[in-house]
Amino acid sequence: MSFIANATRYEDSPEIISTGPSSLSSTDRLARNLGWFSIGLGLAEMFAARSISRAIGMEGSENLIRAFGAREVASGMLTLSVERKAGLYSRVAGDALDLAVLSTAVKDDNPKRGNAAIALAMVAGVTLLDVAAALGTRQQRLRDEDDIRDYSDRSGFPKGVNAARTQAERDNREPEPEVKALPRPQTGGAEHRL
Amino acid sequence: MKALVWHGKEDIRCDTVSDPEIEDARDAIIKVTSCAICGSDLHLFHNYIPAMKPGDIIGHEMMGEVVDVGPSAKGALKKGDRIVVPFTIFCGECDQCKRGNFSVCERSNRNKEMADKVFGHTTAGLFGYTHLTGGYPGGQAEYLRVPLADKTHIKVPDSLTDEQVLFLGDIFPTGWQAAVHCEIEPTDTVAIWGCGPVGQMAIRSAVLLGAMQVVAIDRIPERLSMAEAGGAITINFDTESVVERLNDLTSGKGPDKCIDAVGLESHVSMGQPDTLLDRAKQMTMLESDRPHVLREMIYVCRPGGIISIAGVYGGLVDKIPMGPAMNKSLTFRMGQTHVNRWTDDLVRRIDEGQIDPSFVITHTAKLEDGPEMYKVFRNKQDGCIKVVLKP
Repeated sequence: MSFIANATRYEDSPEIISTGPSSLSSTDRLARNLGWFSIGLGLAEMFAARSISRAIGMEGSENLIRAFGAREVASGMLTLSVERKAGLYSRVAGDALDLAVLSTAVKDDNPKRGNAAIALAMVAGVTLLDVAAALGTRQQRLRDEDDIRDYSDRSGFPKGVNAARTQAERDNREPEPEVKALPRPQTGGAEHRL
Repeated sequence: MKALVWHGKEDIRCDTVSDPEIEDARDAIIKVTSCAICGSDLHLFHNYIPAMKPGDIIGHEMMGEVVDVGPSAKGALKKGDRIVVPFTIFCGECDQCKRGNFSVCERSNRNKEMADKVFGHTTAGLFGYTHLTGGYPGGQAEYLRVPLADKTHIKVPDSLTDEQVLFLGDIFPTGWQAAVHCEIEPTDTVAIWGCGPVGQMAIRSAVLLGAMQVVAIDRIPERLSMAEAGGAITINFDTESVVERLNDLTSGKGPDKCIDAVGLESHVSMGQPDTLLDRAKQMTMLESDRPHVLREMIYVCRPGGIISIAGVYGGLVDKIPMGPAMNKSLTFRMGQTHVNRWTDDLVRRIDEGQIDPSFVITHTAKLEDGPEMYKVFRNKQDGCIKVVLKP
């Protein structure tokens, strides 16, 4: 990848000689690939619903397939965003829906049941990847009890908070010019009916 | 040399890159001794700031020892000097610099034409940030070229440690400027959204500037405990109503001054439906920033109060309640920090022992561990609030 960086850099920017390990983990890369796959599949479902329904013997279900396509695109965008975990979980939920619908197509009276079975197997495989990516991402971003620290001894004021407040009072005691033209704010006093 | 390089969204690597050289008579090269990961580096990490390029060296909080000086900078710097580098590059000669508005220096952005088109008028060049601000290589590296180095530096006394002075280059003056913008009076309640590093500095600054009451708002327990240690009353927005608590603490009047130390990536939660809508818009590129904190500040701020924005915003925000803001006579103050405007006062306060900014450091690591530390910082794991890297 460093060739891309070097190709786009300014002439006077540093040249990348060798590149080190990335902050992107293998789980992150898997999730990213699943995100793009989701968008690609979703677009195919939205724009080729008729062909897909015919291929798996589900004629008449075009609108359902288009709706599933829209869901795939939304899940894909979420998976590619910073909220990757939510995106992956939404994909897992979508996979469950896909499996449920496809299982109804694997019946003896469906002449394309072979294709439906292949589609079912593919969705099952992708589901495993989605679950692995979701669990991996969850683990990566987990904040547990051990992450909670007590920093109540870190005031930042070497002489203590009270000394800091006293210092501020001392600093603020510097006389300021009195502005006589402005009225004093009224506090308390009688209640008025308005 | 080794440097942390941005290769794309969430893709930071510790690469070997060519060493920087003196390119201009006013340049200096420093050997970086300490650098830090800033909250705004996370905006780059998440690719929310436009005009980054793969291969950009990131980092804008750094300090080190001068190892080479251009001929025109020799009057101000010499080899061996120990300096903190402010994140804003400034010439010290233009109209804005003469006014002390260093973060909007008219001459330091080498991509001025691009910035003029996007912002209307250019702002200063920044280290390790977007190409809109010059695309200058940053300081999460072993060496750094400092342009306009005769002005763009802060000399620090040897009696103070790196950890005590490193934050003079960004987060300390940023928190300080946010508090100064509030024109704090002794009767004031100052509410601060976000208890990350800038929020923590803003809390201490508000105390040092004499606020009667400082209220800090966050949801991360360790950040809240650190805020409380600094003299703030805390509100956990996951478990309490921010509006109700602030009204309770101010006899129903609302805080006089509000500081946004969150910026464009405000927390998204089911309890705050506007944040969900913002997140959806952000993903579909209908909005670039999530301004929940701005909305809340405008709503709770006492009429006639001041809204001070220290958190970084990158582009466009939606549904800002300008009606309430206008009718409540609110004053908005914001901007990237004019770092060197505050330097003398802050160095004096550190030297006198009024404040020690090193309190905020929770993690120290090698530069090579930087990519991993970005994730720890982003995920708020291991009690992480501030990471310092040692090249």
